Amino acid sequence: MTTALAIIAPGLGVTVQDLGRPGFQAIGVPPGGALDPVTLRLANWLTGNAEGEGALEMRFSGPSFELHGGEAHLAVAGEGAWIELMPPYEGRYPAYRSVMMKPGQRFRVAIKGGGPCYLAVEGGFAIPPVLGSLSTLAVAGLGGFQGRALVMGDVLPLRLAAPELPGEQALRPPKFASAPAIRVMLGPQDTHFTPEGLSTFLGEPFTISHLSDRMGLRLEGKAVEHAGSFDLISDGNAHGAIQVPGSGQPIVLMADRGTTGGYPKIATVISADLPLLGRLPPGAALRFKAVTQAEAVEALRAQDAMLASLKASIAPYRDPGEELARALLEENIISGVADAQS
Amino acid sequence: MTASSPPAAAWPRFLPSGDAALSVELGDTIDRRISAKVVRLHRHLRGGPLPGVIETLPTFRSLLVRFDPRETAPAALCDALTAIIGAMSDAPLPSRRWAIPVCYDPAFGLDIDEVASLAGMSPAQAVECQASAIYYVYMIGFLPGYAYLGDTPEPLRLPRRKNPRTRVPPGSLAIATAFASVYPFESPGGWHIIGRTPVSFFDAAADEPALLAPGDEIRFEPIAMDTYEALHNAGGTRPRLLGQEAAI
Repeated sequence: MTTALAIIAPGLGVTVQDLGRPGFQAIGVPPGGALDPVTLRLANWLTGNAEGEGALEMRFSGPSFELHGGEAHLAVAGEGAWIELMPPYEGRYPAYRSVMMKPGQRFRVAIKGGGPCYLAVEGGFAIPPVLGSLSTLAVAGLGGFQGRALVMGDVLPLRLAAPELPGEQALRPPKFASAPAIRVMLGPQDTHFTPEGLSTFLGEPFTISHLSDRMGLRLEGKAVEHAGSFDLISDGNAHGAIQVPGSGQPIVLMADRGTTGGYPKIATVISADLPLLGRLPPGAALRFKAVTQAEAVEALRAQDAMLASLKASIAPYRDPGEELARALLEENIISGVADAQS
Repeated sequence: MTASSPPAAAWPRFLPSGDAALSVELGDTIDRRISAKVVRLHRHLRGGPLPGVIETLPTFRSLLVRFDPRETAPAALCDALTAIIGAMSDAPLPSRRWAIPVCYDPAFGLDIDEVASLAGMSPAQAVECQASAIYYVYMIGFLPGYAYLGDTPEPLRLPRRKNPRTRVPPGSLAIATAFASVYPFESPGGWHIIGRTPVSFFDAAADEPALLAPGDEIRFEPIAMDTYEALHNAGGTRPRLLGQEAAI
């Protein structure tokens, strides 16, 4: 029997995502991929995968699973998420560590925060890539598991029949900023707004609407005033471009955006803040702050360094009780050595 | 070129699109000659002459250049792009020309009667008028494989429908203003639906997933319902490539 993950309860809009499919925007295919690629990478590293392996992206309401076939290492990453075993098993595993699951075990992923969480399995899912990626583009029924969000009864085969990693792993949980100013660079069409419109955009708070999805974050706040027409000749939509339609309410274009659009784009979120934006739940408030290219690149390098340091913190998982005993023992030995030298 | 246009030397114009993309504008109108420049620059950059460039996205009069900001800087890219554009030939682009079979029967062309009546024609005249045009692919956008085709003959140019449909069947040929397109997937849509084609415009498993590319030309060929059914039942069809021509 193939080792596979069966969906007992599907959660809400759970899809397979990886780091996306660059290179196809010219034919209308958005790059897609994880809304929070930082957290996706952590889930993958915990299970010994390459950073861009396909994992399950979950928000709001977590799904329940049953493992079929063989044993498997899996891990959840994301703020406020944990794995809970279902009866007759008992147990609860926090995020940012991997767990060896046994065949027949049922578990659910509980999600307290509103940002996306990722469930990765060692070796990844045995799903054919579409245009070089496992990311689900639901609007076109493309990629992922049958091009759609998971439903009850889906069975996702794993590539590995049995675990290959020697044991469970953990990493130092990341600490993300909570009430952020999202950094943007003005343009491409900031000249299509009045000075008042620009100062509204950079000075006022906005709230993320509940109508937001993987295509775009709809913002609610004071209307951003256009200087003229808001119907331009359509051009390319960069990731994080902030378009302002006639209503004056900005929309941040995210992973599954339409590749082209004709509303003026007042600014574009810098690459380093896209994962942060992807983590913000509906109802969250945010402000925008304009930065330069140099500041944006510096922020990107800082994020690369943060990721490298989190990756370096991965170590075999130790039970907190055992960990304490070990720490005490080490301290005794060290002080013993120090005593001997004095 | 309109009175407000900057002189030719004003092009290219570079607009920042965040730290990892810039928009290269090569004109300010929807025009086949400007589009040809965009397509030529897109094809040139696909060869990978500029380190750090990840991909390019051609649109009506601009090219979005996506790059890794760790590997290249916008200032250096602008210099390199200005040099490439300055050295680019004005010769016509090699371009493909396709014949796309379309059934204009009102069962498919839900709005054909209304469009014809607004244009002051019979439905048969409207079909003939639309099928006489040689359309040009300005860009692919919105959805995978969704082509913005121009230009629809004057009498058939209508504003978008007041009430967009929530569900347009795949393969529908639709028109609005000067444009036409075929919906590759079922999706909502606000254009006037005048027919349906059995041709598949997007197939992710194909070597070239999108049938059309910017710069291509298209003629629509009216077919009867039974021909449509036969082609459709055969599992869709690849259209006839009429030729590879220097057409722009």
